[in-house]
Amino acid sequence: MEKPSALRVLTDSDFLRLEKIAREIRVDIVEMLATSQSGHAAGSLGIADLMTALYFHVLVHDPKKPRWKDRDRFILSNGHVCPSRYAAMARAGYFPREELKTLRKFGSALQGHPEIASLAGVETTSGPLGDGAAQSAGLAYFAKQHGLPWHTYCLLSDGELQTGIVWETALFISKHHLDTLTWIVDRNGIQIDGKTEDIMPLEPLREKFEAFGFQVLEVDGHNIREMIDTLGLARSTSQIPTVLLLHTIPGKGVHYMEHNYRWHGAVPGTGPEDKVPRSRQKQQALSDLKHL
Amino acid sequence: MSPSPLQRGWKHRETVLLKSTRDGAGFGLLEAGKRHQNLYVLCADVTESVRATDFAKAYPDRFLQFGVSEQAMVGIGAGLALAGAIPVVETFAAFSPARNWEQIRTTIALQNLDAKIFSSHAGLSAGGDGATHEMTEDLALMRVLPNMVVLVPGDAIETEKAVKAAIDYEGPVYLRFERNETPLFTLPATPFEIGKASILLEGNDVALIGAGPIVYECLQAALLLEKDGIRAMVVNSPSVKPLDEKTIIAAAKKCGAIVTAESHQIAGGLGGAIAELLSQNDPVPIERIGLCDVFGQSGTPEELAVHYHMSAEDIYRSALRALKKKFRT
Repeated sequence: MEKPSALRVLTDSDFLRLEKIAREIRVDIVEMLATSQSGHAAGSLGIADLMTALYFHVLVHDPKKPRWKDRDRFILSNGHVCPSRYAAMARAGYFPREELKTLRKFGSALQGHPEIASLAGVETTSGPLGDGAAQSAGLAYFAKQHGLPWHTYCLLSDGELQTGIVWETALFISKHHLDTLTWIVDRNGIQIDGKTEDIMPLEPLREKFEAFGFQVLEVDGHNIREMIDTLGLARSTSQIPTVLLLHTIPGKGVHYMEHNYRWHGAVPGTGPEDKVPRSRQKQQALSDLKHL
Repeated sequence: MSPSPLQRGWKHRETVLLKSTRDGAGFGLLEAGKRHQNLYVLCADVTESVRATDFAKAYPDRFLQFGVSEQAMVGIGAGLALAGAIPVVETFAAFSPARNWEQIRTTIALQNLDAKIFSSHAGLSAGGDGATHEMTEDLALMRVLPNMVVLVPGDAIETEKAVKAAIDYEGPVYLRFERNETPLFTLPATPFEIGKASILLEGNDVALIGAGPIVYECLQAALLLEKDGIRAMVVNSPSVKPLDEKTIIAAAKKCGAIVTAESHQIAGGLGGAIAELLSQNDPVPIERIGLCDVFGQSGTPEELAVHYHMSAEDIYRSALRALKKKFRT
């Protein structure tokens, strides 16, 4: 039985609007991280297009009612890229954009890694990799068993796939045919210490997930239209879980960061100086984004 | 004089009724399943060993088999809790919380979810299985977690009640039980309350405070002390966290010397908790019964109790040492 796709058709004007929002979210991320002086720039910028697609087209949600019981659940398992989520949530209306500058500051709702008790709408406390993936499966199991209308999305990083819990959970997801869940893997190829394929190779990733019983979809993580189409396909697939391998460029939009793993855990103003001196990193990033 | 909280005939070790605390847990879970339609049991390939079989048969839609996936089991349980279920994660203490402690910390304790971790074969009760399966560090691991309640019931009767109390309580609870058949000494009518200890025997020379089936050994030690004319108070303290501070401080004030007993390392468990408490409030000499910074090994419960100085006779001798220190000070 085919489940209906819950996604609206994306018009050209929708598309232009989303492109604009994605650019604004990237600017917010640079501003936030330059202010906080710590955090994770590359991954946050890399998934800005996904965050835009999710919060402004894909998710069934209401920013004014973050605990609405029928909302889609979006689990951010790789919590370190939360600046991207925070920026998208603020633009969607969950909280005032003014608060973005409090990221990582004492007393802020925007904790360095998301805290369920600090900010309504983040769904889980996350940071330790793999835990969100498992929680997403628990949510999706409950929704499937009780025929609830919502869908669970979970974003994982590719380095996160080196944890055992992810594959334990994959067994569970496959056993129970969790079609109420879509895993999205940010395949940006980097982690803190280097390239994933040097640190602990993940390929062949498609075959690994297929062997675990998943439908594997691959998409350019900077093509919003394709992403939305693919997420719609994932949502409408029955009886088989889906993983979306999202090919992204870490640091996307800021040239001196792109593809460079040294920007995984760095921020403009205190990052590696091989291309741009620290004093000009923020300014250069904002200038790059103007031309994106 | 108030009626005794103990089973009639408790003094006679050879005739006292035996039942494992895991049996009590299984029965409590089945009962709780009736009252809570959103109670789920998650198990990692040891269903019968943790006595979850009856629950699994009665409520197959609320029983989830994980195989040997203890980390995912906790995380997925947390997901169920976020969706509105009350998950009970069950396996051996040597694997949960030992293998999945980070998941327990992040997804259950830190998120303060209404989720339970029930673990069997705790302490030295895994006897024949040897050191890998004898979990004697779990109370230390769980007691340090903010939001976590830690329960160690003393016999099958109390375990059944503790299970129900844990599930009625809204928040994270760790409850451990043991594999072997151990004496029934508590009464079904005695209420169980999280955060409460109970005085099983009154006395004013020395207080023997235990958690788990070893409390029966404290009772036997009290009988040995009685022969020497020493009146020991015996306190059952199944709520290791929150500790019944009032009762324990009062016992320290009244007796002036304490022996703690548990099937656990002497560091970090009940003895540790009591030492921490009393060092701030009326310090008195404390002797701690438990494993002294060593791992266990294969053996019968009796052999292990003797080898690791955890028998009634050892508790008796510890009480004499505590008394000596008391009179020295």
